[in-house]
Amino acid sequence: MTALDGVDLEIKAGEFFTLLGPSGCGKTTLLRIIAGLEQPDSGSIAIGRRVLDGVPAHQRSVNTVFQSYALFPNRNVRDNIGFGLQMQRVKRQRIQQRVEAMAEITKVHDLLDRNPDQLSGGQKQRVALARALINEPDVLLLDEPLSALDAGLRGQLQVELQRLQRQLGMTFVFVTHDQQEAMVMSHRMAVLHEGRLQQVGSPQVIYEQPATLFVARFMGHQNVFEIQQRGAEEIVTEFGCLKGLFPAGSHVLLREEALSLTHSDVAGPNRLPARVEECLYRGGSTEYRLFCGNARLTVRSHNLGQTLFTAGQDVTIDVAPEAVAILPG
Amino acid sequence: MRQVVKQSGQLVAIIGPGVLWIIFFLVLPSLYLMSIAFLSNDPYGLPQLPLSLQSFRELAGFGILGWSPGNLFTLGRSLWQATFSTVLVILISYPIAYYIATRPVHLRPLMLVLIVVPSWTNQVIRAVGWMNLFAPGTPLANFSAMLGFTTPQMGLFPSQFAVVVGMVYNFLPFMVLPLYAAFERLDRAQVEAARDLFATPTRAFFHAVLPQTLPGLLAGTVLVAVPAFGMFVVPELLGGGRSSMIGNLVARQFADGANWPLGAAGALLMILATLFGLYVLRRAARRLSSEREMLL
Repeated sequence: MTALDGVDLEIKAGEFFTLLGPSGCGKTTLLRIIAGLEQPDSGSIAIGRRVLDGVPAHQRSVNTVFQSYALFPNRNVRDNIGFGLQMQRVKRQRIQQRVEAMAEITKVHDLLDRNPDQLSGGQKQRVALARALINEPDVLLLDEPLSALDAGLRGQLQVELQRLQRQLGMTFVFVTHDQQEAMVMSHRMAVLHEGRLQQVGSPQVIYEQPATLFVARFMGHQNVFEIQQRGAEEIVTEFGCLKGLFPAGSHVLLREEALSLTHSDVAGPNRLPARVEECLYRGGSTEYRLFCGNARLTVRSHNLGQTLFTAGQDVTIDVAPEAVAILPG
Repeated sequence: MRQVVKQSGQLVAIIGPGVLWIIFFLVLPSLYLMSIAFLSNDPYGLPQLPLSLQSFRELAGFGILGWSPGNLFTLGRSLWQATFSTVLVILISYPIAYYIATRPVHLRPLMLVLIVVPSWTNQVIRAVGWMNLFAPGTPLANFSAMLGFTTPQMGLFPSQFAVVVGMVYNFLPFMVLPLYAAFERLDRAQVEAARDLFATPTRAFFHAVLPQTLPGLLAGTVLVAVPAFGMFVVPELLGGGRSSMIGNLVARQFADGANWPLGAAGALLMILATLFGLYVLRRAARRLSSEREMLL
């Protein structure tokens, strides 16, 4: 089985870069290849000008925060954090100073004399982070470090990781299967599927202009339809016809939050008649499921005090040009 | 009140049989043995009054003909042969256990059975097997003579070498099994973390693999070193007079040598030495182990 195939990726120095994909897409394998814990059958990895092919893990200036934390249970927090320096034969006194300093930055100062089995999940996470960061690697690899934490703690650590990355100016390569997390954290991200790169770009580009059907679905878009016919200034799909000059592509995407609903049945360009099937009130926004043409569309509107539409009501969907994206793939 | 009576009744029912077992088969015999050790022996070798420390003097080497170091040599040899065999068993078992634990799941039970099967045979028969392999004129004996380790026409036994081989062979399964258990639940992520944090393969072994297998290693050491120290059959059959161990010394006193108080004193010494050894191992385990719960 091929875990990764033809992945060609350039990550900039000092960047927060995220590898995003469902489980089994090869993102962790890619991370392990960068760390030197696995060898690729072919291909090459370089950091800066240094080609790392055949260089064993312990000679790479790369450190990893493992998904399972992988703290050493027979060492206390202090000795866990200092392990990398100890292996590099840094003087004991110097190690102590740097451990103290790193513990301050990662907020584990009170935990230094505890054993790993006396730590909570979030504390273990911080210690694992400190243990990797103290070595000041060229690249820090993070393998789904937040996936085992509950939602609140997760959000808090997301912010802290970003802060740390900014503060240290280090290159972070972050792996996650959570697209929200990826968008919140990264400068740029790559979407992987079945060992192949789907798209690389900023979160905004990936969300608003997904390159493939897979990326669109994975980023959470619900209104993706095949283009059935194409005219000079229109495209025809299941939900109806859209007028305009569209680039070439196989599918059309309507961003649910950029569509708007109106009562009026005013005819006009790119106004689609529809009927409300379901209305899901979510507090800040309301999600409508609508019948439109032969298709089901989702529209999410912000609750700004307007009256809500009810199920069974006839409405008009106003498709603004910025709500439409064409998938080239 | 009734509740208390009921609970203590349950307690007696649960732990009673075990306590009785230990009292009848461990505590009483040990007390009996201890009391014999402090008696003097009659002309036929049986214990008699008055109380004396004669047997301990004899054990230390003071006989009718003055002091001789024979018994102390035997004790030293027991310690040395047991230690040496245990170290060899560890060195051989460690790679075996690792190898088995890294095979595909369906092959492992078979390999473990192959390790264990020889121990289902009686110790004496296994020792006799080695006697046949090491006898004069066998390929092994000839090969060793060819290399100049032994003189031609001589067998490889009786010798200390044969005793150590016999003991290592005997105790291998008792080390392989606990080590295998330790390797099977080895957290590989820790090894990878060590490698990732600049540990060479050797240092990763000592910092991430060894600490994780230490409980198994210590359990195996207890299972091997304690019986190895008291080994009787192997030195009796594969070793000559110059490789007999304290187990043989004790056995002789109760059989042909016929000096029960001396035998009892020897047995007492073995128990004390074993307890001391266990104490040292336990302290080492407490200090080094990565896990709280220990077999010790």
